[in-house]
Amino acid sequence: MNPVIPILVIVPLASAFLTMVLGRLIRNLPKYFTSVVMLFLVIASFYALIKTGTGLSVYKVGGWEPINNIPVGIYMVLDGYSAIMLCIISTIGFLSAVYSISYINRYTGENYFYALFCLMVAGMNGVVLSGDLFNIFVFLEISVISSYALVAFGVEKNELEASFKYQVLGAIASFLILFGIGLIYWKTKTLNLADIRETFKAGYDKTYYIFVQLLILSGFGLKAAIMPFHAWLPDAHSSAPSPISAMLSGVFIKAVGIYVTIRLFFNMFVISEHVAILITSLGMLSMVLGVFLAIGQWDIKRLLAYHSISQMGYVILAAGAGMILISRGEKPEIAALAIAGGLYHLINHAAFKGLLFLNAGAIEYTLGTRNLKEMGGLSAHMPVTSATSFIASMSISGIPPFNGFFSKLIIIIACVQARFYLLAILAVIVSIVTLASFLKLQRYAFYNKTRHKEDHPIREVPRPMLFSMIILGILCFLLSLLAFPSLRESILQPAVDILMNADTYRSKIIGM
Amino acid sequence: MITYLLCFILFLTGLYGVITRRNLIKIAISLSIMEVSIFLFFALIGYVEGGKAPIVSPAEPDQLYVDPLPQAMVLTAIVIGLATTSLLMAVIIRIYKKYKTFDIREIRNLRG
Repeated sequence: MNPVIPILVIVPLASAFLTMVLGRLIRNLPKYFTSVVMLFLVIASFYALIKTGTGLSVYKVGGWEPINNIPVGIYMVLDGYSAIMLCIISTIGFLSAVYSISYINRYTGENYFYALFCLMVAGMNGVVLSGDLFNIFVFLEISVISSYALVAFGVEKNELEASFKYQVLGAIASFLILFGIGLIYWKTKTLNLADIRETFKAGYDKTYYIFVQLLILSGFGLKAAIMPFHAWLPDAHSSAPSPISAMLSGVFIKAVGIYVTIRLFFNMFVISEHVAILITSLGMLSMVLGVFLAIGQWDIKRLLAYHSISQMGYVILAAGAGMILISRGEKPEIAALAIAGGLYHLINHAAFKGLLFLNAGAIEYTLGTRNLKEMGGLSAHMPVTSATSFIASMSISGIPPFNGFFSKLIIIIACVQARFYLLAILAVIVSIVTLASFLKLQRYAFYNKTRHKEDHPIREVPRPMLFSMIILGILCFLLSLLAFPSLRESILQPAVDILMNADTYRSKIIGM
Repeated sequence: MITYLLCFILFLTGLYGVITRRNLIKIAISLSIMEVSIFLFFALIGYVEGGKAPIVSPAEPDQLYVDPLPQAMVLTAIVIGLATTSLLMAVIIRIYKKYKTFDIREIRNLRG
């Protein structure tokens, strides 16, 4: 039993409560308190990552021990895959919280903001840690409901409209997930992921099984904004306050969408080739169409939001390619490479997309506009924002010294080795179009002639915002070190092993 | 089997309402219908023919009981549903204050 597991959920949950109570008594407390809590979570999650290694630890909520080797209580599972996700959540969360110290001054009700922020982090940590299907749903709803409220935080026309859209689609997604959970429970009479796999392995009705898989895929696909289900994402992510956009795009869609999809399809369902091909083609679709929708955008945050869809396409595509190979039972080392590439891109995307949204927030903070046509010439006035934004743009479009290049390279190499040439070519083309789109952003925002009115001087943003942007900029460099084989083996390999060998995952959990 | 089918029809009714209604409040009501149909489904899968309430008594070792777990899940889901619905209603009220209408066709600032 690992004491870190309950701490990672309880601490943000408790601090959400304390923020509301203490924030009324002491002014200015919530902003610093949240940052301190998030810093603590960063330390705890990195401790978990190092401590876990290739192992796996289970925390049984309420101390319910299995009876006759059948799990009874709710299991929280910490393994290599969830540890990586926890590190992403807490790092981006910490930097967004620091960024919010200055940024959120323009809104009223700071206490509510920080309380919802902590609640969202608690929900995401819970989703990532649970090894129980219904528990995933409960934590997912905690984080999703707080994100609905955070999207509407500005309470202006656009924010409310975006939040309404997001809520309706999110509610439908939740119902589909709940329906899927009901169907799974009906046949298997258990909710533990490892236990469900055991039942599915023993035998199942094929049409029923595919129906369940499609329900789960469309439910979590809606949360992850995979292509046919993407309509809410550009509205919601562009309307939220910028640190929340960074959280939503950088972490949220990964934790409640991509992470759970990959976890369920690798570790719970027995992978079938049809579904693997379906997932790969959905990934391909969102990768290609997302970038083409992005290129025509003039609202800087909408542009970034569409790029999130496209970049998530890469991750889904890599995981799907791995699934196809596993279901065919051939070339396991290439499947492992593809999955590692996908996970690596997941980590990188959190760094650079978080940074880009923080940059967009900095521009909005000084200029008060998100329209690219009204910007220009900012590089002279805002050197740090300009430099970090350049790093992030080059990183997302896959230019060599930055992290995005290496993860895309691994995905493309894996696709070529697996003889999915179409996927490899599309990945390269999408990368080039991404570069074009970000050159447009750089040119219009930072290098063109000044277009805004000269009624107030343009200054660099306050220090806390600079701090977050600089740290993320450095991370964009440092994460490229993960491409080295030795580091990759120690950090990404445990996660890939957990996903590849679902049977050892099962036996480890049931055996405990 | 017919109960499951009716339950599914209720789900589809709600989905139809969400897709076709133009009024924000009616969309929220349709979502609630969908939600309730799933709760009903959960209650159905926990039912065992001839089962009693699951309070185990040692006097009757052969007694059949209904499955208590789906009921626990439904309770949790109802609480979550309450939170979702109330937040949705709060947003709808705010939208009405800003736009002065419940008609979804007139609430379309965000496009593209």
